[in-house]
Amino acid sequence: MLLRAAWRRAAVAVTAATGPKAAAPTRGLRLRVRDLAPQSAVPADTAAVPEAGPVLRPLYMDVQATTPLDPRVLDAMLPYLVNYYGNPHSRTHAYGWESEAAMERARQQVASLIGADPREIIFTSGATESNNIAIKELEAAIQPDTSLVSVMTVNNEIGVKQPIAEIGRICSSRKVYFHTDAAQAVGKIPLDVNDMKIDLMSISGHKIYGPKGVGAVYIRRRPRVRVEALQSGGGQERGMRSGTVPTPLVVGLGAACEVAQQEMEYDHKRISKLAERLIQNIMKSLPDVVMNGDPEHHYPGCINLSFAYVEGESLLMALKDVALSSGSACTSASLEPSYVLRAIGTDEDLAHSSIRFGIGRFTTEEEVDYTVEKCIQHVKRLREMSPLWEMVQDGIDLKSIKWTQH
Amino acid sequence: MAAAGAGRLRRAASALLLRSPRLPARELSAPARLYHKKVVDHYENPRNVGSLDKTSKNVGTGLVGAPACGDVMKLQIQVDEKGKIVDARFKTFGCGSAIASSSLATEWVKGKTVEEALTIKNTDIAKELCLPPVKLHCSSKLLSVPASWDTWH
Repeated sequence: MLLRAAWRRAAVAVTAATGPKAAAPTRGLRLRVRDLAPQSAVPADTAAVPEAGPVLRPLYMDVQATTPLDPRVLDAMLPYLVNYYGNPHSRTHAYGWESEAAMERARQQVASLIGADPREIIFTSGATESNNIAIKELEAAIQPDTSLVSVMTVNNEIGVKQPIAEIGRICSSRKVYFHTDAAQAVGKIPLDVNDMKIDLMSISGHKIYGPKGVGAVYIRRRPRVRVEALQSGGGQERGMRSGTVPTPLVVGLGAACEVAQQEMEYDHKRISKLAERLIQNIMKSLPDVVMNGDPEHHYPGCINLSFAYVEGESLLMALKDVALSSGSACTSASLEPSYVLRAIGTDEDLAHSSIRFGIGRFTTEEEVDYTVEKCIQHVKRLREMSPLWEMVQDGIDLKSIKWTQH
Repeated sequence: MAAAGAGRLRRAASALLLRSPRLPARELSAPARLYHKKVVDHYENPRNVGSLDKTSKNVGTGLVGAPACGDVMKLQIQVDEKGKIVDARFKTFGCGSAIASSSLATEWVKGKTVEEALTIKNTDIAKELCLPPVKLHCSSKLLSVPASWDTWH
């Protein structure tokens, strides 16, 4: 006990140095790992013989699917992957103590990003597990009038922000639990679990430039929200999630949250500017482009556009040197178009024509310009190949045609 | 001759469309997301994209699919007096595999008689383009183009 306390005092100075370099100015720092950086000046589709030169990878415009690891997060994790490898639940030696200290520091970093108390954060393997823990509580509820509201903070397909504070207020006044899946929102828009009266929140590491395989669930203590554990075992994480907490991963999550807290405002401004650039440049060069989702309550980094008379998957194929995603049926395993687009009332043919552009912390202006240029070029080309575009040019109203059904 | 020819053209385009049984629409196995280079080639070097004069007596036009389904194909064939297909054009609103299937179909029917063209099966097209099973419906839709002849007199 005394030994551990002494170690803790001595270790504070050392372990503080291995965390993210909070003292050094990080604003505006854009580290780019060489082999991940696309050479956007050289379009791949004109290269005839690619074997001789370096293999180019597509530009990455799909940050809603996953994000690259921020180099500062890797810096924070590395010591725990290599050197400080103790089990954070070992109570009898320094290896365990140092891992535990790192885990608790990470917990504090996550909590401070959302205005929570560290005791309310439970580490999990990701937002999916967090969602399951939170929602299982509903199924375990015995009172007939107890219910749960679960809403996504920012939608991953169209970027729309839900009115979380209003929903929280309503739920709190009706004594109903409020859970939100904040995977796309944490670290990108300001969140406070107390102001917004959130009872449960799911957090994902790899959506905020942290590592994959880790997440967290926020569970309110006052008033206490009871949840049932999904997996049982040694009783770690207050019995709510047994299993050894993976120190390097949670250190990464914590570091990612801390970086996000520092850079949120800057990132938001920069991403908004790039998003504006992308949308304006596309819309002024191409007619019949629709942006899906409420333009006012919208996170700028997730842009979902429908290009009428052009099918989404064919556009993705054409834009092969940009990594994008689509809400079209062909790109989902079930051949159904996006249920989100259907839910907001998008016409089915426009749902088949949608593309999602993701702009993130590391997206550059040149990448946006290149994407816009290629997008315009290929949409024009695909429209030349489209019988629908031809009919519209001839003045035919597509809604008046009786299409054959299959 | 014109009337008989018209009927034959109509039936030809129809037959070219719906031949083989369709695969179930839902394929829950992991879709192959890599584009085969033959499929990409048909997009980057398109053959026979365009339109023939639809008012001409020698031209048969078929249009099938629906924008709501994400698949619309228009196939036009120009036939000479002997019943041989001398030219073909296509336009497609659909995924890469659909574009490639229609493009390949126009290549294959040129120079064939209408009867010969009717023997083309969607599985042949799929095999040539190395389409994965989940994409077979793209080529089979092609074979039902002649079913709707609204645009053809």
